[in-house]
Amino acid sequence: MIAARLFARLDRLGAAFILVLLAAAFVVPVLALALPRQSPLFIPPYVVALLGKYLCYAMLALALDLVWGYCGILSLGHGAFFALGGYAMGMYLMRQIGARGVYANPLLPDFMVFLNWHSLPVAWWGFNFFPYAMMMVMLAPGVLAFAFGWFAFRSRVNGVYLSIITQAMTYALKLAFFRNDFGFGGNNGLTDFKDILGIPLQTDATRAGFFSLSALFLILAFLVAKAIVSSKYGKALIAVRDAESRIRFLGYRVENYKLFVFVVSAVIAGIAGALYVPQVGIINPSEFDPANSIEAVIWVAVGGRGTLVGAALGAALVNFAKTYFTGALPEYWLFALGALFVLTTLFLPRGLLGLVLSRREKPAAPPPALKAIEPQPGAAE
Amino acid sequence: MLIRCFATLLVLFCLALASNVPARADALDSALARFAADKFPESEKAVGELAASGAPTAQKILEALSDNRLYFDPSSHRIYFKDVNGALFDARTGDKASAPSLKKVRVNNGLRSAIDAALGSMTLAAPDPDKRIAAAEAVFKSRDVKALANVEAALARENDPRAAEALRQARAAIQLSSPEASEADRLAAIAVLKARGDQDAQSMLDAAAQKEQAGPVRTAAQAALSAIQFRLALWSGAQNLWYGLSLSSVLLLAAIGLAITFGVMGVINMAHGEMVMLGAYTVFVVQSVLPPSLSEWSLAISLPLAFLVAGFVGVLIERLVIQFLYGRPLETLLATWGVSLILQQAVRTAFGANNRQVSAPHFMSGGATVGGLEITTGRLWIICLAAIVFVALQLVLRLTPFGLRMRAVTQNRRMASAMGISVGLIDMLAFALGSGIAGIAGVALSQIDNVSPNLGQGYIIDSFMVVVLGGVGNLWGTLLGALTLGIANKLLEPFAGAVLGKIALLVFIILFIQKRPRGLFALKGRAVEA
Repeated sequence: MIAARLFARLDRLGAAFILVLLAAAFVVPVLALALPRQSPLFIPPYVVALLGKYLCYAMLALALDLVWGYCGILSLGHGAFFALGGYAMGMYLMRQIGARGVYANPLLPDFMVFLNWHSLPVAWWGFNFFPYAMMMVMLAPGVLAFAFGWFAFRSRVNGVYLSIITQAMTYALKLAFFRNDFGFGGNNGLTDFKDILGIPLQTDATRAGFFSLSALFLILAFLVAKAIVSSKYGKALIAVRDAESRIRFLGYRVENYKLFVFVVSAVIAGIAGALYVPQVGIINPSEFDPANSIEAVIWVAVGGRGTLVGAALGAALVNFAKTYFTGALPEYWLFALGALFVLTTLFLPRGLLGLVLSRREKPAAPPPALKAIEPQPGAAE
Repeated sequence: MLIRCFATLLVLFCLALASNVPARADALDSALARFAADKFPESEKAVGELAASGAPTAQKILEALSDNRLYFDPSSHRIYFKDVNGALFDARTGDKASAPSLKKVRVNNGLRSAIDAALGSMTLAAPDPDKRIAAAEAVFKSRDVKALANVEAALARENDPRAAEALRQARAAIQLSSPEASEADRLAAIAVLKARGDQDAQSMLDAAAQKEQAGPVRTAAQAALSAIQFRLALWSGAQNLWYGLSLSSVLLLAAIGLAITFGVMGVINMAHGEMVMLGAYTVFVVQSVLPPSLSEWSLAISLPLAFLVAGFVGVLIERLVIQFLYGRPLETLLATWGVSLILQQAVRTAFGANNRQVSAPHFMSGGATVGGLEITTGRLWIICLAAIVFVALQLVLRLTPFGLRMRAVTQNRRMASAMGISVGLIDMLAFALGSGIAGIAGVALSQIDNVSPNLGQGYIIDSFMVVVLGGVGNLWGTLLGALTLGIANKLLEPFAGAVLGKIALLVFIILFIQKRPRGLFALKGRAVEA
């Protein structure tokens, strides 16, 4: 029933997006596992892992698009939610290592033995239970987003100020996680994972499985985001983005709208991080780096903000370019990324998808909502 | 014991002579002749004479004697000593020598004590007052009871006030730790140590207060101890305050340009840190181009150059990117972040990723100690520079037509435009000014930080925090923000550690903007309402 209502709201673009992801979720594992290595259609395991990583990034971009594209909150700290989800997953995976670590301590992860700790810190309790860990994957970023957003939106911190404060938030977390006595592995982070739910992580089948899982979760996140933005509530969100003062004067509780979408977005980002960690095999404090969060913003901008599908596409595109550049021309990657930031904001304010869409609907005027992204002159923000 | 006392007295007697009479060759001769007799009483006298002679070889001879390395030739009565490697020297001249048949000068324990005392008092009697102070300081640290007599003697003839004070402290240290000293002596010693008031004095008094039985000495020691602890705490607080002031000046320099562009144009320049970096690299280029004879002037030349370089790059950014993004502050933020990546990589390509060496001119190196404060000259200059830049900027804003227009645009852009102010031009100039000041900040930072392509990144978030805290209403807010953050940071460090202190401050700012979302000095009026 709910699913039917969700699908009824999908446009053709969204439907195509879901179909492609579904197809990939089933075809890629088959091509990677069932075909012989000589076959031209064979997908080597490292490509599967890479594609899985892109899907996690796409999910992060989707989460960011939900707040930035639809509510005008430019968060420069979404990497923090992503990393928190990743840490929650990493902690579960650490506990699964058990006595197979270097120090063979059945209770304590290696780094705690190394630091001469004798008991498990409270924050780590319960992380050997998969359901609890998965709950924390959503709860940790969600609670942080709720606390942060509750303070920030209630006192009407918005625009550039909010961006800077979110950046400060992820920076503070980065500093904290770098400390050894903070209890999350210090600057080495968490790594050396062995298995998840008893399934070994380092096999081709597990990689393919994680790819499919990421694709399915991306579809789920897309459906949730789409449901939010196409509801009545979503209309109000867009109104907040375009004329916050006006909608407040009309009697809407702007801060509640913002807070809800911010928390949902953080949870999606956290799940993306949790899917990311087993696929790359490590989580460390550099994931909290403010530069990472800003990079995620450019994925959304390149793909086209306020489109959801575009954000996901942008993440895959930019990261594909990054993989290519850092391999072939490492010197020029930062030039290319910098140019991408400048050129996208100057010449592609609606991103690639926006460009394609506006071409197609040439005769019609651009949708009023997007036109009004640019505030009236004099709006000092 | 009797011999030792006798020897000490003799040494003192000779020392008293030595302080008036310059080093005499005949004293050395007579001492050496006594050694040749190889009798303990004679040798003791010789030790005293030798110490008093001030002869350049005296110390070596005494050390050799105590180590059984002193020899005499029974036929010629000449004295020789071997160094630790076994090479033979003539004791009179200090030259290398060779002799066929040698006998050792015998030593006993009484003689050894005399030698030790003589050696100690020789440095206490050194002609250079700094050496005497160092010797007294060494006695202060060792608290050797045997040195007490020497110290008393040296004190009696000391006429340099600093050396006398050092000797008094040494005496106090000995008396306080020796159980034989009288109560009056010990009370006096406590007073001297209290006046000295540093960490060493503190630990000595602490030890004394724990060792003593209840009584006036213990009470005095405890009182002195708490007085010293209080004073040391005050000084360390003052030192942290100084560090905080120094950090504040750096933050002010880095943030004030940001505050100007943010105030006038309402955009955050994420490439601001890279303007700082360009300023630092300007110093590097100037220093590598300048001939060595002008190196003292390198910073004076770099300051205006850095302002121009960074200002010019700022104008380029404003003309090529930012002016097209007017009214879209969030996009401007992204675009300038892109510019910052490009600038970082450009500098990395041009100068390499490694740190570049930038030297400090002579007048900026070194430091001074004021009371318990250590003040480095470089930091002092940076504080002065920050103050000058702040005052100059205030003057420009208040007294020049350009400043007037800039303030008008900050307060109400549309109204200013309606009054005939060319808003675009003011934007460009304000951006150039803000970037130029960042360049000046880079010159200052090149003196205290590594000049690398990442230099700007280390300061950018702190600068943002200063602006968020201070608000953009006027520059006093930036000053107050920088002072608050800098000093709070350094005052928190001793309690919480550098990282936790920083985290605490970030959390504080996030909470602070609940109360004042637009900073300490917010613009009042309609301009702020979106």
